[in-house]
Amino acid sequence: MELYLAILIGVLYAAGIFLMLRRSMVKLLLGLILLGNGANMLIFLLGRITKGKPPVIPENTSIFTDVYADPVPQALILTAIVISFGLQAFAITLLKRVYVVTGTDDLDKLNVTDDEDI
Amino acid sequence: MLVAVLSGFITAFLLAGIGRFLKGKLSFLVSLLPLVLFFYFLQFIPSIGNGDRLYSSYNWIPSMGINFDFYLDGLAMIFCLLITGIGFLIFIYASSYLKGHVYLDRFFGYLSLFMGSMLGLVLSDNLFTLFVFWELTSISSFFLIGFNNEDPASRKSALLALALTGGGGFLLLTGFVLLQNIGGSSSIQELIGSAETIRTHSFYLPLIILVFGGAFTKSAQFPFHFWLPGAMKAPTPVSAYLHSATMVKAGIYLLARFTPVLGNHSYWNNTLMVVGGLTMVFTAMHTFFRTDLKSILAYSTIAALGMLVFLIGIGTQEALIAAAVFILVHALYKAGLFLITGVIDHETGTRDITKLGGLRHVLWPLAIAGMLAALSNAGIPLTFGFLGKDLIYEATLQSASSAYILTGAAILTNILLLYAGFIAGIKPFIGNLKNEFSKVHLPSFLMWAPPLLLGVGGLLFGIFPGLVDRSIIQPAVLAMDGGTVEISLKIWHGFNLVLLLSIITITCGLLLYFLTNPSAEKEKWMSRFEPVSPHNITLKLAKLFKLWSGWYTRSLLNGHLRFYVFVIVSFLIGLLAYKLFTGVNIYIDRSQFLDLTFYELIVSLLMLVSIGITVTTDSRLTAVAAMGVIGYCICLLFVFYSAPDLAMTQFTIDTLTVVLFVLVLFKLPPFLNFTNRKSKIRDGILSVCFGGLISLIALEVLNEKVNKDISSFYGTNAYTLAKGKNVVNVILVDFRGMDTLVEITVLTIAAIGVFSLLKLKINTKGENQL
Amino acid sequence: MKTIILKVASNYLLPLLLLFSVFILLRGHYEPGGGFVGGLIASIAFVLHAFANGLKTTQKFLKYHPGVAIPIGLGLSLFAGLLPMFAGLPFMKSLFFSQPLPVIGTISTALVFDIGVYLVVVGVTLTILFTISETVND
Repeated sequence: MELYLAILIGVLYAAGIFLMLRRSMVKLLLGLILLGNGANMLIFLLGRITKGKPPVIPENTSIFTDVYADPVPQALILTAIVISFGLQAFAITLLKRVYVVTGTDDLDKLNVTDDEDI
Repeated sequence: MLVAVLSGFITAFLLAGIGRFLKGKLSFLVSLLPLVLFFYFLQFIPSIGNGDRLYSSYNWIPSMGINFDFYLDGLAMIFCLLITGIGFLIFIYASSYLKGHVYLDRFFGYLSLFMGSMLGLVLSDNLFTLFVFWELTSISSFFLIGFNNEDPASRKSALLALALTGGGGFLLLTGFVLLQNIGGSSSIQELIGSAETIRTHSFYLPLIILVFGGAFTKSAQFPFHFWLPGAMKAPTPVSAYLHSATMVKAGIYLLARFTPVLGNHSYWNNTLMVVGGLTMVFTAMHTFFRTDLKSILAYSTIAALGMLVFLIGIGTQEALIAAAVFILVHALYKAGLFLITGVIDHETGTRDITKLGGLRHVLWPLAIAGMLAALSNAGIPLTFGFLGKDLIYEATLQSASSAYILTGAAILTNILLLYAGFIAGIKPFIGNLKNEFSKVHLPSFLMWAPPLLLGVGGLLFGIFPGLVDRSIIQPAVLAMDGGTVEISLKIWHGFNLVLLLSIITITCGLLLYFLTNPSAEKEKWMSRFEPVSPHNITLKLAKLFKLWSGWYTRSLLNGHLRFYVFVIVSFLIGLLAYKLFTGVNIYIDRSQFLDLTFYELIVSLLMLVSIGITVTTDSRLTAVAAMGVIGYCICLLFVFYSAPDLAMTQFTIDTLTVVLFVLVLFKLPPFLNFTNRKSKIRDGILSVCFGGLISLIALEVLNEKVNKDISSFYGTNAYTLAKGKNVVNVILVDFRGMDTLVEITVLTIAAIGVFSLLKLKINTKGENQL
Repeated sequence: MKTIILKVASNYLLPLLLLFSVFILLRGHYEPGGGFVGGLIASIAFVLHAFANGLKTTQKFLKYHPGVAIPIGLGLSLFAGLLPMFAGLPFMKSLFFSQPLPVIGTISTALVFDIGVYLVVVGVTLTILFTISETVND
């Protein structure tokens, strides 16, 4: 399954980059999210995947008696997911604000700085 | 000794703090600092003269061999005395020269800083502390040269000086790192022991080129000499201090200090002789064409520096003795001449030699001082300069190769230097006093005493050379040469070839002085060569560099975000692909193709389809929905591969993200198709390359063995140490709780950002209102 | 979107989901769950309520602005980290009660910390979502 996951991650990255190269701000944002998902999956995969053995110590024992999934990448990704939510919320608000002010979604129209309004 | 070095810095910081309350009133007190230091160093003269060395070390970064190792030997001593002794005179002179200046305290702060750095520089035995102080002198001299910061020309010269000396410092640092690697130590005294290894090392040539780069820029050697005349924009006390005794002598000091380490090799000697000789002849000629007193002095200073480099280059014991004496001689008369010029400028308002004359009637103490300095400079018998010149001729005559050329160059330089000294020290005072200067009055004692003192000093050492020969000159030469040396300077050497050469020099110089006059025409004639001068060439290079960087910035940072992403990703692809295909044996485990359960297959396919929809759709809502599906698929993958916490978080976050997007995008129109087919194909290829590369890298990494030390630490200790059984949660709230605390802080910032972005209404008057 | 079914359902769902979120929070140290997930579930509960009954109703129901939860949560987490310092231990060292309780397990500073995380997550999420929905018609 690792092979398929690696391909899926590649597709996520490719789609993310492709969307980031569009002129629309919304697509840029979607691309960013896909890229983030790809990165999360990459970390997850590189921490090695294990089926059906969550990193929870079984009842009645105080240490693991069996193999278990790697908890470190999981903790890392959990943090990343929550942080990326904050990022997305901020980015999308910014997008909305820019749209309200400039009336456009076109990134190419934002490459001039004018200080008349924000 | 650390206190001695640091006192300058402490004073500078004190002045920065309390200076505004003093308002320049107590600036005279600051002059006590160099005086005290002068006597502090003076007390070591007997022991240093006996061949003792003072050494003290303070740890700084011992692990990297960087320490405050201070080492006081003869060479350091001669410089320390110059720095503090002339420093004292400059300090009291400046307190009168700049009286009432708004930034007087700031000036003294810079001056103390500079003095401290210079002391640190000459006392450091450690390569890297030496470098630090070296750079500090560059920086503090930048402030001093640009002290009149409202004058654009002043700022420009300061910047030029900083750029050149700073660039040289960069070369020097590289050289020092190389030297440390080759010699195996960062202590200069220890490096002397491995001088033979260094000289025969294959990196010897690059090493000395780097060290020369530092020394030549600092000491204004051809072709880097042009920053020094520009630095004359500084207030005159600064010029006097920087250019007679300290800043520019730092390069000389460096060369002298490293003579026992790097010297005694034909590359070293020949380069120094050629560069020094060229500099002294070239710039001495310049003095002939100038009319500005300070400019004349500037060029004659460079010529004198060239002479010193030249002498160090000859490298024989005679030459080193001559160099040590000449350092003293030059410091005494040049500081005097600068200070005299300062008074003239201060009192008459001009430095143009064609306009000045007859000032002896009004500035008589300065006339005496000027005469003494000019005579010492000329090398008239009974002055210290006479001894200096004799030693120089002795050195050139006894040099092994091409003695005639070297002697000739030295004579030519000395003739021109004599001319320059007479112009600066005597010409303004003789002749008839012009009416416009009749009201000129003698300035305060503080301003005329220092140059007079320096002039008298030159005379005193000339008549009684025994005052300095054993006590100061001999230890200094010892530090440079290493062998045993017995020096006794005499006033009179008897009639010999050297005396003849001296007479020729003086006669020619006097003829030149009486037969020609500095004039604007000559200066104009000289200016025809301006376009090919190193100064102009450097400025042109700087301009070209600016143009190039402007073009570079405009072409790479064109304001299109897409373009940035494109460039970055292409570069990344190139880099990764290069490393991947040249350094890694690519192996893909094809046996995994069949190892796929039904659920995994469905989820993977669903994900691929959703990604396809997200990329291709024209409707925002469809794209957002498809993105939501991707998120849920990832959530399912987390479920399959034993990450229940991740699955739950991904599920909830994904739901909230979709809600968020729908809320915002709900009212916006569908995507406009901004881009054309061609760019889509181009971007598509780039993205597929990137994605493919990432997949390949992931697969290759999976072939490597994985280190599970950290995971098993958390796994075994989660319950025993933290009383928790869900290891992921234990990591988050216990083992790495600090990270989580920061993370929720970041979330808070995001929330505040969103809130203020939407709720804060910024009206056109620029006032913020909620 | 204001259908009767959703409206009625959400009134029952809100307390249920909140209870569930607290459950997830408390059991986090032993079973999958924790402050992050718990907080997100609680937020979803409120968002659902707002969808069904309108934003105004939910805000009225909450009485306080959700942003208030952020400083409380941050303070609680910081407090949990500082607590061991009073006992002369390093920052963030966890302390426990010796006797475990049912469901929650051992009461520890880590739990206090997690409750702080829960509050911050609820506060942040609701602040963001409510602010955006308020201004969506501007």
